[in-house]
Amino acid sequence: MQASHQPPPMPAEQPQRFSSRERTVNDFSIQVATVNGSGSQTANLVLMRSIFQMGVPVSGKNLFPSNIQGLPTWFTIRASRHGYIARKKEIDFLVAMNPESAREDVLNLPAGAAVLYDEPLQLASLRSDLHFYAAPFDKLVAPACPEAKLRKLVRNMIYVGILAELLGIDSEEIRKALYKQFGERKKKAADLNWGAVQAGIEYARSSLVKSDPCFVERMDQNAGKLVIEGNTAAALGCMFAGVTVCTWYPITPSSSLAEALIAYMERFRRDPETGKATFAIVQAEDELASIGMAVGAGWAGARAMTCTSGPGISLMSEFVGLAYFAEIPVVLIDVQRVGPSTGLPTRTAQGDTLKNAVLSHGDTRHPILFPSSPEECFSMAVEAFDLAEQFQTPVFVNMDLDLGMNYWMSDPLPYPEKPMNRGKVLTAEDLERLGGFARYRDVDGDAVPYRTLPGTPHPKAAYFTRGTGHTETAAYSEKPEDWSANLDRIARKFQTLRAHLPPPVQSLAPGAKIGIVSAGTSRYAMEESRDQLSRDAGLEASWMRLTAYPFPPELEAFIEQHERVYVIDQNRDAQLLGLMRLDLPARLLEKLRSVRYYGGLPLDARTVTEQILAQEAQQA
Amino acid sequence: MSSTPATPPKVNRIGLDLLPYRGSKTTLCAGCGHNAITERLIEAYWELGIEPWTVAKLSGIGCSSKTPAYFLQQAHGFNGVHGRAPTTATGALLANHTLRAVVVSGDGDTASIGMGHFVHMLRRNVPLVYIVENNGVYGLTKGQFSATADLGAKLKTGATNPLHAVDLCLLGIELGATFVARSFSGDKRQLSAILKAAIAHKGLAVIDVISPCVTFNDHEGSTKSYAYMKDHDEPLHEVDFIPSFADVEVEYEEGESRLVELYDGSKLLLHKLERDYDPSNRIHALEVLHEAARRGEVLTGIIYLDTSRPSFTEILNLCDEPLALLAEDRVRPSRETLELINEEFR
Ligand SMILES: Cc1ncc(C[n+]2csc(CCOP(=O)(O)OP(=O)(O)O)c2C)c(N)n1
Ligand code: SF4
Ligand SMILES: [Mg+2]
Repeated sequence: MQASHQPPPMPAEQPQRFSSRERTVNDFSIQVATVNGSGSQTANLVLMRSIFQMGVPVSGKNLFPSNIQGLPTWFTIRASRHGYIARKKEIDFLVAMNPESAREDVLNLPAGAAVLYDEPLQLASLRSDLHFYAAPFDKLVAPACPEAKLRKLVRNMIYVGILAELLGIDSEEIRKALYKQFGERKKKAADLNWGAVQAGIEYARSSLVKSDPCFVERMDQNAGKLVIEGNTAAALGCMFAGVTVCTWYPITPSSSLAEALIAYMERFRRDPETGKATFAIVQAEDELASIGMAVGAGWAGARAMTCTSGPGISLMSEFVGLAYFAEIPVVLIDVQRVGPSTGLPTRTAQGDTLKNAVLSHGDTRHPILFPSSPEECFSMAVEAFDLAEQFQTPVFVNMDLDLGMNYWMSDPLPYPEKPMNRGKVLTAEDLERLGGFARYRDVDGDAVPYRTLPGTPHPKAAYFTRGTGHTETAAYSEKPEDWSANLDRIARKFQTLRAHLPPPVQSLAPGAKIGIVSAGTSRYAMEESRDQLSRDAGLEASWMRLTAYPFPPELEAFIEQHERVYVIDQNRDAQLLGLMRLDLPARLLEKLRSVRYYGGLPLDARTVTEQILAQEAQQA
Repeated sequence: MSSTPATPPKVNRIGLDLLPYRGSKTTLCAGCGHNAITERLIEAYWELGIEPWTVAKLSGIGCSSKTPAYFLQQAHGFNGVHGRAPTTATGALLANHTLRAVVVSGDGDTASIGMGHFVHMLRRNVPLVYIVENNGVYGLTKGQFSATADLGAKLKTGATNPLHAVDLCLLGIELGATFVARSFSGDKRQLSAILKAAIAHKGLAVIDVISPCVTFNDHEGSTKSYAYMKDHDEPLHEVDFIPSFADVEVEYEEGESRLVELYDGSKLLLHKLERDYDPSNRIHALEVLHEAARRGEVLTGIIYLDTSRPSFTEILNLCDEPLALLAEDRVRPSRETLELINEEFR
């Protein structure tokens, strides 16, 4: 349907439900298709924020290419009065600004969707079952932005204005979002952009006739909430955890975590008067160096971390084994992306589950935390440092690109209530009192030994750290019994640690025959899929969201309670399920089923629902 | 003037005998150059009267990298990953910049697998003493050529090295080390003075020590053998180290010797041999190294010295206390700060 100055005649093939002008309120996805590097991010965030400010649950996902400039990029905003913020497969409203992708984007839309497009693209003739709105962006931007060289930057704000008018977003909320986005210091730029928004609103009022069903109406779901990226929340978690050394090497999608950390630490952890810092952040020469520095720092007593993605983790393998065996605390935040190799560097996956649990050669096992939201990115970063120091071992935090680089509504980040746990570190006074210590002896029966830090001013403080076989007193040993006794103690330490991990989150459906287990961002598809299963198929499912590895004792009970348990994986080979196979008693294994998605996009509910229903149908 | 007293007193200036400066018994081959370097390190730390527990010893993997277990038993040691001691040492110094770090590495450890880290440690001028115990072969894996083996050098098996050698001193000068020296494990006097000067130096001190492997590379045709060094060692100068605490009037003849003051107030006296050599001239330093290599000579001594450049931990402008020891209220911002940040995202 071509929007024009006159209301167009309704085509005969227009789907019935739209001709009845049914309103779809606060339940749709908007996709903005632009060219990478064209500066559309600000416009998209303003649009998303304004809906958020209207009290409507939203999420914002960037689907971008591995390219700096020129390739197509999409930003999807989902508004959901039900609070569903997973990716939704179907797009309800497309903003087509990119000549290159426009045709295909339009052809992929479901019938009844709406399209706002740049007039010269002439898309309206492609399909007759869509609502088309054309806007001459170049013409509109000229009066709004007299300075020609700035036009490219503000042009995108015009679609924000048009959408505001078509969807019924309060223009005051747009204005607020826009000025917040630009901040105090860029008021002039904000004014210019606000002019462009108004030009869009004006154009929509005078020249477009609303024919699609999507509307935004005020709700009250977002009071007190934030909009934040997971990487920013994780960086803040590290700062409030008291991190002192961070070493890193740039890699998408973890770079923005390190960069956010730098910005906040410069702001809050450097003395404004003396310029002296209570931290060191070093961009290393590669990931071998970043983990090596972090391990060296952890050894010498710093709260040390590195953040990276799959390729970096692969390089860190040898050092992580050393830190495990030599019992050195270090935190590794893995913002996972699609691999192997360079893979799809700007797409999301949970492909490092298995690798991180057993990284390195020989007998190793590493704890992993699985945050699913910005609040958890924050709180689990704090927990990771406590765990690492308390148990003198590498601790992984498995995020993913979806969580790290996309925009999430979040409860306020919670201030850490527990004091820092620095673990069993002996001081010179302790050594004086004790008359010495044995580095690898289990004194307390919890398998966690005591350590001293280099520089401790006492003749009995020193011990020799090595990756080779050692005795309780850290002396070199090749004796078989020394070797296995030490490994057994470290294994017991792993069991002690299990009781200190965050508990899983369970939602038991009364009488449910099936259960679902997920970790990390699969949460959002799960929340929606459970409702779909119940609503569409009358199938009730219990759900356990794992927050950590090693698996909690509750997991076994959960599997016992259900006939079949579906394990959600965002990887091809069912790694979470594979890890469960390694660790759980054999009698539980035959109950496990796999649901997998590995296309690189954030997991959507339909995919989960369909896979579960298909397997349930076979069961019947 | 020698810095090694003829009959060492029983205790050093902080009242310690040699025992805390020793380590466990060496497990290297008898006659291995590395053992001699270990002995010089023990003496150097003892003579300087450094509290052993202020030192952190780090290494990679190799026969050479084992040696931190054999000195300073009252200092923490970390025998880590092959080639990667520059990273663990850098990390340890970030955690505690008051540590006196010493890294012992091998030519395989540094010039091959760890080359990337070595180069970046140079760029950063990480404040530590970096010793390469250079024998031209991989000792621990039984005698393969390393990247510092000279063109035409022969293995015991008769195999000839067809590739040019990496010169670690050239690299060090080129890429930012502020103290670059070469020595020979068999030259007790020179090595001892150089080690003490390196320990007193404020930035990165790289010392390439030719250290013959008696088991795999001490034969005819080797350019890293005792015999070869006897014939080809060409000292740039005679080195004397005068510690800051030594209560002596330093006397020297202008034109015959050069006096260099180090960061901690100790002094270096470089006595002229064939020529008057100025170690602060970078271009000249590169030149003499290239020349010596062309002549097939092994130039030893303090080749380059820059006492002014800031070290990595200075560049980072860390607070005075070690980061590792900061209390919670120094590293966890307040509740109000988090509330302020939360508000920025609303
Ligand atoms: C990742 C890795 N690759 C290979 C080895 C095997 N390796 C042990 S020592 C060594 C070479 C040591 O040579 P160098 O550094 O010259 O020391 P040297 O024994 O000659 O003193 C090698 C290759 C290892 N330990 N780790
Ligand atoms: S093999 Fe060579 S380098 Fe290793 S200990 Fe023996 S002599 Fe020394
Ligand atoms: Mg060697």
